[in-house]
Amino acid sequence: MTSLLSINRLKVHFPVVGGVFRRQTGAVRAVDDVTLDIAPGETLGLVGESGCGKSTLGKAIVRLCNPLSGSIHFQGHNITHASQSQIRPLRRDMQMIFQDPSESLNARHSVRAILEEPFVIHKIGGKSDRKKWVDELLDRVGLPSSAADKYSFEFSGGQRQRIGIARAIALKPKLLICDEPVSALDVSVQSQILNLMLELQREMGLAYLFIAHDLAVVKHISDRVAVMYLGKIVELAGADAIYQAPRHAYTKALLSAIPVANPMAKKQRILLEGDVPSPINPPRGSAFGHRMNHPLYEQTIDQDLSLTEIETGHFVAADPCCLSAEDYRTLSQR
Amino acid sequence: MSEVLLDVKNLITAFDTDTGLMRAVDQVSFSVKKRQTLGIVGESGCGKSVTAMSIVKLLPQPSGRILEGRVHFKGRDLVPLESREMRKIRGNEIGVIFQEPMTALNPCHRIGKQLSECFLIHKNMNKKEAWQASVEMLKLVRIPAPEHRIGDYPHQLSGGMRQRIVIALALACRPDLIIADEPTTALDVTVQAQILDLIKEQQEQLGMSMILITHDLGVIAETCDDVVVMYGGRIVERAPVHEIFHQPRHAYTRGLLASMPHLETPRKSLLPVIPGMVESLQNFVIGCRFCQRMKRAGATTKERPPYREISPGHWVEACPQCVEGI
Repeated sequence: MTSLLSINRLKVHFPVVGGVFRRQTGAVRAVDDVTLDIAPGETLGLVGESGCGKSTLGKAIVRLCNPLSGSIHFQGHNITHASQSQIRPLRRDMQMIFQDPSESLNARHSVRAILEEPFVIHKIGGKSDRKKWVDELLDRVGLPSSAADKYSFEFSGGQRQRIGIARAIALKPKLLICDEPVSALDVSVQSQILNLMLELQREMGLAYLFIAHDLAVVKHISDRVAVMYLGKIVELAGADAIYQAPRHAYTKALLSAIPVANPMAKKQRILLEGDVPSPINPPRGSAFGHRMNHPLYEQTIDQDLSLTEIETGHFVAADPCCLSAEDYRTLSQR
Repeated sequence: MSEVLLDVKNLITAFDTDTGLMRAVDQVSFSVKKRQTLGIVGESGCGKSVTAMSIVKLLPQPSGRILEGRVHFKGRDLVPLESREMRKIRGNEIGVIFQEPMTALNPCHRIGKQLSECFLIHKNMNKKEAWQASVEMLKLVRIPAPEHRIGDYPHQLSGGMRQRIVIALALACRPDLIIADEPTTALDVTVQAQILDLIKEQQEQLGMSMILITHDLGVIAETCDDVVVMYGGRIVERAPVHEIFHQPRHAYTRGLLASMPHLETPRKSLLPVIPGMVESLQNFVIGCRFCQRMKRAGATTKERPPYREISPGHWVEACPQCVEGI
């Protein structure tokens, strides 16, 4: 098996409790039947609107929340229900970068303490080794070595994100889960961080799961892109293919909504009515067909709308509401 | 040439801090014509929001104040006006759309009450008329089932719906000018598209002017007629929208445009970057502030670079190191 991470029919549900006895009255289906895999050194972009479950998927992979069913395999190990002590050695190879570096860095620790912590936890190296490694890390992410004795609040947002990245790459991981790593940053700082991530990937052969809502940024950094809607992946393809020839109606709408930095560009925008429906009681059929009041919605109730390969490497949900008639016919013949 | 609605001249806004008076907005001048949209773009801390809040005089008190300059709105200078006078203009003749709809709305009152407040105060309606007018406003911003929604509290609505309510509030009294401070930053891209279309449509129907503040150049390109680019509390470039995007002259504008990934940029290529970061307010020099970031000699000049009009309506801060051929 060549994939670094493979997720099979993963479900993450959160209970909704109500009433006097705090009984479970329902479930938020944050991640509902997701299958995907990431190869070593690859960037998989994950896009979708807020509440679609993309962050939960990221957290489930590093086991910051527990899956209900399905499986997660990392480097061949099944980590779906692994205990904390079983998963700890694997965390060396799998790290996370968070959206808001001011919240994910401990304000009471100096930068040196923050960056030494991964080595301490995994019992690697002696005091002098660690000191040397911290200096190397700072240098690698473009911070002066004097930064080591400062505290995270003394830095700007972009510099804090550099510290977050330094901590994540400290143990030379194979996979980084990046949850909106640049969305809190200004345009000019954002490009600096993206460049840093691209360079690190080339040097260290890192694989990224890049979760973001900025579609232009995702296209830029990703090899493949998965589009998520209401807990499900609706389309998965190579980055160029998905942007040039999207098949799913939701992907098309999402792409047409990006504002283009060219005042001359005239384009047809597909306007979506309403918001993403609640994942507590999702529609029984095609979720997007339901939002659009599609005439074929009735057909999709309780049907299998799972991802099917329409072209080599291009997967799309077999959903009659969201595909062109021609595409749907091709799919149903397979 | 259409009539000028708002004319801001040499505006200086400063804040009292522990280390002295800090100029967050340093001699800014621009004007907005009737029915036109002016975009103000820049990174955080460039003074774009402070500029807007100086116009409606909603600066944090007591630290913020306007030191110099004039803000002519419909021929009247707003700077010397007392807060009682200002209150008659704000909400009535100038509407404001804030970034975070959850903080702009009062969580303790039903949205109907908050909406009818503008009609009660500015339009001398009675309660029943005001309520009716509020339902009309909700219809205008396309809230489904407005008769039911009007009794909701803000927390019962989604982010996009809340922003629609804030827009309804700003539009309620049919103002002449709308100031929208990052109206779509907190929203998803599909909802952002809905909201921008809604604002544009209402603006055209009601014949309003608008100042749109954002850091998103894509949003600017799609909505604005004129653009002001701010850096370090100053305007570095001011031009019609197509000139900003197709013939940017200032190095900062160019850098900003280049550093944004487009759908057309080759994948996984390194993006051009603007090195360094914005200097903090107290360290700003008198000379060219972008040269200060780039660590160039232009930062050490004792004088501020002059403004020059390089083609009709296209103004640039003429620092010889930031603008080629000047």
